[in-house]
Amino acid sequence: MSLALDILSGACLFVGAVLMIVSALGVIRLPDLFTRLHGASIADTGGAFLLLIGMILQADSFLVGIKLGLIGIVLFFTAPTASHAVAHAALIGGLSPDDPGANQGREEAEEDRA
Amino acid sequence: MVSARTFSLFLVLFATWLLLSGIWDPFLIASGAVASLLVVYIAHRMSVIDGEGHPIHLSWKLLTYLPWLTWQIVVSNIAVCRTILSPSMKLDAGSGWVPASQTTPVGLVTFANSITLTPGTVALSVYPDTIQVHALDRAGIEELKAGEMNRRVRAMEGKA
Repeated sequence: MSLALDILSGACLFVGAVLMIVSALGVIRLPDLFTRLHGASIADTGGAFLLLIGMILQADSFLVGIKLGLIGIVLFFTAPTASHAVAHAALIGGLSPDDPGANQGREEAEEDRA
Repeated sequence: MVSARTFSLFLVLFATWLLLSGIWDPFLIASGAVASLLVVYIAHRMSVIDGEGHPIHLSWKLLTYLPWLTWQIVVSNIAVCRTILSPSMKLDAGSGWVPASQTTPVGLVTFANSITLTPGTVALSVYPDTIQVHALDRAGIEELKAGEMNRRVRAMEGKA
């Protein structure tokens, strides 16, 4: 029983960690802010929740499991709220949600600032 | 006198106290009860114990919505990972407008949050009857326009 639990928890932790790496890779590889948000949302959902499930399975008391679960509930509500805040701010700030190429003009942004 | 909603807020707060403390001595349990009562009293004075502040009427319907949402999150996690890891990375990113038929603020926020929580789609702006969505793949917007998530959230928020 405990072996099966360890295997399950190990699998969750491993897949969660891989998703975190893929998410970081996405943030680097994707072209602009809006598409990068999609990469980051993998860490918010799949990565974070699989790591939490893996840790809950390893928890040695019920109360520790509950605390990890509460972290999950808080993340469940705050992660999308934060993503939306960033996306909405970018939209209001004038980034184009339809043309990733248009958002890459770093030189242009620096000219504006000067 | 005390509405079911107020009483359930007290129970939730008190249960949270007990589960976070984990120390079962009478003094701490009594402190928890007093603290919970104080919070309920303040929340009552601020009139935030309503369908928006403590939406208990959604509890049962969440039980059918959450598993479906979890499945959607799993599916789109895989899709976005595949996009990120593909060597050529052909993107068809863009934004679009998705109709939202929810009638309550809680329902609308749940729909927008569900869209954002699903990797590959982010809610950009929320209006009473429509949501502007950015998607990593435009197919994601078409899927939202087809409206299954919209219908499910509408069914979950109930009549109003």
